[in-house]
Amino acid sequence: MNSQSIAWTLAAAQTLLFILAAPLLAGWVKRVKCHLQNRAAPAVWQPYRDLAKLIKKNLVLAENASWLFRAVPYIVFGATLLAAAAVPLIAVHLPTSAIADVIVLVGFFALARFFTALAALDIGTAFGGMGASREMTVAALAEPAMLMAVFTLAMTAHSTNLSVATETVLQAGLVLRPSFLFALLALLMVAVAECGRIPVDNPATHLELTMLHEAMILEYNGRHLALIEWAAQIKLMIYAVLIIDFFFPWGIASEFSASALSVGVLAVTAKLMLLAMLLVVWETVLAKMRLFRVPQFLGFAFLLALLGMLTNVVLETGG
Amino acid sequence: MALSSLSLYSQAIILFAALVLFTSFVMLAQTRMVPLIFTFAWQGLLMAVATVLVAIVSGHKHLYISAALTVVLKVGLIPWLLYRLSVRLDMNYETEAIKHPSLLLLGGAGLVIFSYFIALPIVHLSGLATRNTIAVSIAVELLGMLMMSVRGTAMAQVIGFMSMENGLFFAAVVSTYGMPLIVELGVAFDVMVASILFGVFFFHLRDSFDSLDVGHLNLLSEANEPAPLAETPAASTQGEHA
Repeated sequence: MNSQSIAWTLAAAQTLLFILAAPLLAGWVKRVKCHLQNRAAPAVWQPYRDLAKLIKKNLVLAENASWLFRAVPYIVFGATLLAAAAVPLIAVHLPTSAIADVIVLVGFFALARFFTALAALDIGTAFGGMGASREMTVAALAEPAMLMAVFTLAMTAHSTNLSVATETVLQAGLVLRPSFLFALLALLMVAVAECGRIPVDNPATHLELTMLHEAMILEYNGRHLALIEWAAQIKLMIYAVLIIDFFFPWGIASEFSASALSVGVLAVTAKLMLLAMLLVVWETVLAKMRLFRVPQFLGFAFLLALLGMLTNVVLETGG
Repeated sequence: MALSSLSLYSQAIILFAALVLFTSFVMLAQTRMVPLIFTFAWQGLLMAVATVLVAIVSGHKHLYISAALTVVLKVGLIPWLLYRLSVRLDMNYETEAIKHPSLLLLGGAGLVIFSYFIALPIVHLSGLATRNTIAVSIAVELLGMLMMSVRGTAMAQVIGFMSMENGLFFAAVVSTYGMPLIVELGVAFDVMVASILFGVFFFHLRDSFDSLDVGHLNLLSEANEPAPLAETPAASTQGEHA
């Protein structure tokens, strides 16, 4: 019983660490990007300051905003929080890993996205409707690619549970799996599209005709905006940790001793920093693509995931 | 046969086979000429690496010669010839409109499944560690054929043809550890001669039609007529009148 309570405490602590570290990751991405582009960089904890300032600000609501508009930031943050609780960050086998199914995770994201789109339509501005329709278009194309990539991995792990999949990869050691390579590429492309990064969307712009995610949340301010931005930062971190858990899980703690957990924290920090650098390089060398090129981009991600599945059947399982 | 039970070299062969298949798909969807030629060169390079790995695993020394031949011909000479041709014909910035790119790629995935079913009996008979890659080599061949039948420009069709040859070569390497060297040399020179002939064909095509779109070969209008080739609809109505 005692170990059970320790495990639950750890799960809660891990979730808390997850949502508290997410702005730090966003700050790190911004800082490295500034350095790479020869600009003066803000401090890594600038996102915390931004969030604190937004929370302190007074709320201004549009006249025709309904209850839905006010509830959506909490729904979005809640869904993202639950998703963050499900993803193993520093340890596997936590009690929350029972709900750590990737399909559930995709469901949480879909829930948050659905309500964001509803809130964007609720106010009735042109930007909101446009952003909602664009976001749903991208989501409808990104979701099949994401699920296909996940199924490819599930065929090797024989489970869609994240914790089990991570353990399978850990125990297998170094195996060169082409299907994992393709799934990794597909998942990276989907993550870029879903988190609204370049080349699909530019997170640094406001009031541009090409924006996707920002167009939907244009009417939000104050603590509502803080919650939505925080949720977006957590989402970026969830995708990063998801990729780490699936493909590079080495170092994650599989027992609850202090040394294993500290190794887990160090390993995941180093890997997140590296992955963020990769994202920055990717965002620096690529330009934002036209909206009508996005289906092609995501179609390619889908093809990669499909190829991953085919190579799994053809090359890895064999006749 | 589980992948984890193989040696690391055999796993690497399978990985490179998958990458060769991937380059075939990239070529299928690549609309620009110069990246298309570079992708073809990459496919040759990946195949040469896979051949070297097969040589290491199987201990067949002559495969090193095959790999060297692949590097010289398919990574060096033929891409260089094609690149020079595309520069001289002033088409290195040309793009080709593919009508349904997603459909084409899904069709390619269908071909991979088809070749898997074709290769199944061979896979059951063979005892080689690389037997699973036979399906991939057949798929590379079929994808080259698909590229030849779907793509409109002569350059894309030539590259489709070359990649079919790549598929054949890869099939020989993974299913029987290579053809006899004399056959391989003959095929290599055939391909080289073919690439030179294609160059001549390109020039004729451009002289006659002022374009490298082989769709013009289907029209009934006279070759030396100043045919309106700007829009396809105009050209096709003319074809109906003739």
